[in-house]
Amino acid sequence: MQILRRLSLALFSLVFCGAVNAQSLTIFWAEWDPANQLQELADMYTEENGVEVVVETTPWPDFQTKTFTELTAKGTSFDIVVGDSQWLGAGATGGHYVEMTDFFAEHGVDKSMTEGTVTAYAEYPKGSKRYWAIPTEGDADGWSYRKDWFEDPKEMAAFKEKYGYDLGIPETWAQLRDIAEFFHRPDEGRYGVSIYTQKDYDALTMGIENVLWAFGGSLGDMANYKVQGLVNSPGSVEAIEFYKELYQFTPPDWGNTFFIEGNQAMTQGQVAMAMNYFAFFPALTNPKINPHAENTGYFANPAGPKGRFAALGGQGMSINSYISDEQKQLAWDFLEWFVKEENQYKWAEVGGFTCNANVLKSDAFLEATPYNKAFMESMFIVKDFWANPEYADLLESIQRNLHEYIVADKGTAQEALDNIANDWEAIFKKHGYSK
Amino acid sequence: MNHTAAPINPAQGGLSDLSIRNLFIIPTIVFLILINVFPLLWSLYLSFHEWRANSADDPVFVGIQNYREVLNDSNFWDTFTLTAQYVVYAVIGEVMVGFGIALLLNRSMRGKGLITTLLLLPMMMSPAVVGLFWKLLWNPSWGIVNPLLGLPNDFAWLSDPDRAMWAVVITDVWMWAPFVMLLSLAGLSAIPQYLYEAAEIDRASWWFTFRNITLPLVSPLLLIAIIFRTMENFKQFDMIFTMTGGGPGINTEVNAIKLYRMAFQQWDTGKSCAFAYIMLIMVIGISNIYIKYLNKAKQR
Repeated sequence: MQILRRLSLALFSLVFCGAVNAQSLTIFWAEWDPANQLQELADMYTEENGVEVVVETTPWPDFQTKTFTELTAKGTSFDIVVGDSQWLGAGATGGHYVEMTDFFAEHGVDKSMTEGTVTAYAEYPKGSKRYWAIPTEGDADGWSYRKDWFEDPKEMAAFKEKYGYDLGIPETWAQLRDIAEFFHRPDEGRYGVSIYTQKDYDALTMGIENVLWAFGGSLGDMANYKVQGLVNSPGSVEAIEFYKELYQFTPPDWGNTFFIEGNQAMTQGQVAMAMNYFAFFPALTNPKINPHAENTGYFANPAGPKGRFAALGGQGMSINSYISDEQKQLAWDFLEWFVKEENQYKWAEVGGFTCNANVLKSDAFLEATPYNKAFMESMFIVKDFWANPEYADLLESIQRNLHEYIVADKGTAQEALDNIANDWEAIFKKHGYSK
Repeated sequence: MNHTAAPINPAQGGLSDLSIRNLFIIPTIVFLILINVFPLLWSLYLSFHEWRANSADDPVFVGIQNYREVLNDSNFWDTFTLTAQYVVYAVIGEVMVGFGIALLLNRSMRGKGLITTLLLLPMMMSPAVVGLFWKLLWNPSWGIVNPLLGLPNDFAWLSDPDRAMWAVVITDVWMWAPFVMLLSLAGLSAIPQYLYEAAEIDRASWWFTFRNITLPLVSPLLLIAIIFRTMENFKQFDMIFTMTGGGPGINTEVNAIKLYRMAFQQWDTGKSCAFAYIMLIMVIGISNIYIKYLNKAKQR
């Protein structure tokens, strides 16, 4: 009898706990600082509304695999996923994400967030005005640089003598190249620049995108799936050749580098300038991590002959379509709270990179960190890679061919881009996008 | 007093021998079927289908199209040739270094046990850790390799298309030569001493003794080491992936890395299953050739 009573109690506890858990929301994201910041913001939501919000994380390399494994199995272990922009197509066409078009209209999300982030983080297909995610963590490529090197009177004089203009934050890619060349002194253990070169996933492509659009290059016509003559256009060739030129001014053995190495190059005092996502800049302001923190400055991408652009990073929040209606309602409630301007201010205060245009332009945001001004500028010039479900096939080809040209030094830029255009055309034909 | 245990009568509630056997074996068999056999059959099924693991769509039967696409893909043959080169270089390196060290250690000497244990440490580490560790060592800016070899600080290894493969092979040899050493040492210590004594009486040269006594008697164990290392190197993934990610270009992109990209980055699940089966067939074929030689060596 005693055993039966204990069993009943245990069963009651389980049911009761289950009822409590029904009032909680799980958000799935990669393991990094912004996820901790989102948890801080979520705690504020819990205080206001009594609904527990847990931000579950997994290391970056597993994030995509775990997310899609769960979604393909129609799993409900998370209610919201803060997914990469490239996943939109797979999430939308695969039936994994809940459509948010009506929510956008009702809450004016497409008006309050910057245009580039709405297109990149939320819209699929591009230009369709159909939305699948709330722009959450805005991010883009920017630059950190050594202020003390740039402001050294001797260096300034020597630079002016060599190049005929003042040493300062580069306004054009040509100036950035000159500065990289000027500070590239392998004998002194100093190098010009750190750029993305890693072959894995999308690293090299993200780095190249910054110069590609600025030189008039293209990743293709995303509305009509046309790539020939665009991907391998003269502008694209010029951009790729320029990126390869920059690669000469990187530290030795810099052919497999991404955000970790970019920050490492700065903290170890190796380079004058380092390309990286803004999300990784907070570490550079910490003197315990970066001994040169006080001498580290930040700037947004310079302009090229055809304009100024930044490769988009960051993610948006999407609702898992397989969760119950009750959980969906909890998710909608949280997102409704999240997109409100006052809460976007809170998001920025805890360190999140908001995509809200008003918050981005506010003095409070611009003065909060040394890199927020550059971030704000970047959020208005961002562009992104393809987001259709076959984006990974496209990435494989571009990463392989460009790595072969830039790092392995094989073939020409034109050959590499022709290969990519041919591969992409075949992929689009195979999947029925083009004839 | 009679201490003989009374036989258990199943009818009285005890378990029969058959029941006990089933109790131990059935869970193991079920576990093996779920963990090993089912994925093997499921992946074979998928290899004949067009399917993406990140899609909610059902697999579509395409016959042998995935196999045809893999075998007609010039990148596959480039990768396969590269993998074969890597396997040959790495296995030759491991055997030469491992067997050489075993010959040096196959004598009475002070601290032999300690030296052997220390030499075995690399193979006890995780390949991913070894890859990350050696990535630092090969780095021209702060690694130890260039200063030790007297090379300049801009002499790149892992980003250089001609040197990356050698850097990876040397790392692999550092890690796995101890395994060959261990098996060779076991084979060498099992050779009867009287054979060497007889050769010495006959004033046989060192080379004659090595060729006619040492090598034939140690070759079965050496072949086992070669079989293991060949199979392992064909599947090599983590060490190379952490060191070079398959680059520069495709200069270290061995089969396993290409397979990983196809399966978990491109999500081309059907095609990657076909790729995996082609690799499996190749490894089985190569292993069978070795096993034939091994049987011959045993018969001698």
